[in-house]
Amino acid sequence: MARSTFVYVTYIRTSPEKLWAALTDVEYMKQYWFGMRCESQWTAGSAWKLLAPDGQIFDSGEIVEADPPRRLVIRWQHQNKAELKAEGGSLCIMELEPTGAAVKLSITHTIERDPSKFIVAVSGGWPKILSNLKSLLETGSSVLQDPYPPATAAV
Amino acid sequence: MAERRDIDLLFKALADPGRRKLLDLLHAHDGRTLTELCEHLDMTRQGVTQHLDLLEAANLVATVRRGREKLHFLNPVPLQEIYERWIAKFEKPRLKALSELKQRLEKANG
Repeated sequence: MARSTFVYVTYIRTSPEKLWAALTDVEYMKQYWFGMRCESQWTAGSAWKLLAPDGQIFDSGEIVEADPPRRLVIRWQHQNKAELKAEGGSLCIMELEPTGAAVKLSITHTIERDPSKFIVAVSGGWPKILSNLKSLLETGSSVLQDPYPPATAAV
Repeated sequence: MAERRDIDLLFKALADPGRRKLLDLLHAHDGRTLTELCEHLDMTRQGVTQHLDLLEAANLVATVRRGREKLHFLNPVPLQEIYERWIAKFEKPRLKALSELKQRLEKANG
């Protein structure tokens, strides 16, 4: 079976507990996810959705596994754009491993098709989100406030 | 201090044409084994392994074990950090200066 996978890894100087809280807390999430938020009970079998600041549902699915503060698996399907929705569900695995004074956060996002426009779409977003999350946890402020800064758009 | 070490590793990892070629190969097609990567490079298997180790130490490459195989993935997160730290903040003043220059020149013409 054809498969598209993207892997993202970042080392963040924090504790697994704080990182888990950052990944699952609505208010905290908005600060590094460009105003987007995930809503869920964060237990296996519970519903999960990713909402835009105006409440529009971008993605939805369910929690497949939740083992705080180590492993979170989300069944994830895009809802907003028809061509991405048509690709069906993807699987997003988040793993947190303590390494010295830091935590290694690995995100593996997989869909059972190749090529996948969905995976191309998320691959532009994840590095920005994760690097913002790292800055926020390590320094208390995120660097990118807007995924498409107006200064660049003005060129 | 630890942060400075990370950034040093990152720039050192990028400062080699063979390693940049490896990143391009993974960008074109992610999740490859060592053998698949060797096919595209004029380098010994041992040489490729050493370059991959350096890229992994700099967190530019992430590996996933699948059965007996080790798959290599491009990890763009540190590149995004370089962008934020070393490009975005210098780009803004430059664009502002260009737009001021344009306004000045247009005024002079009129």
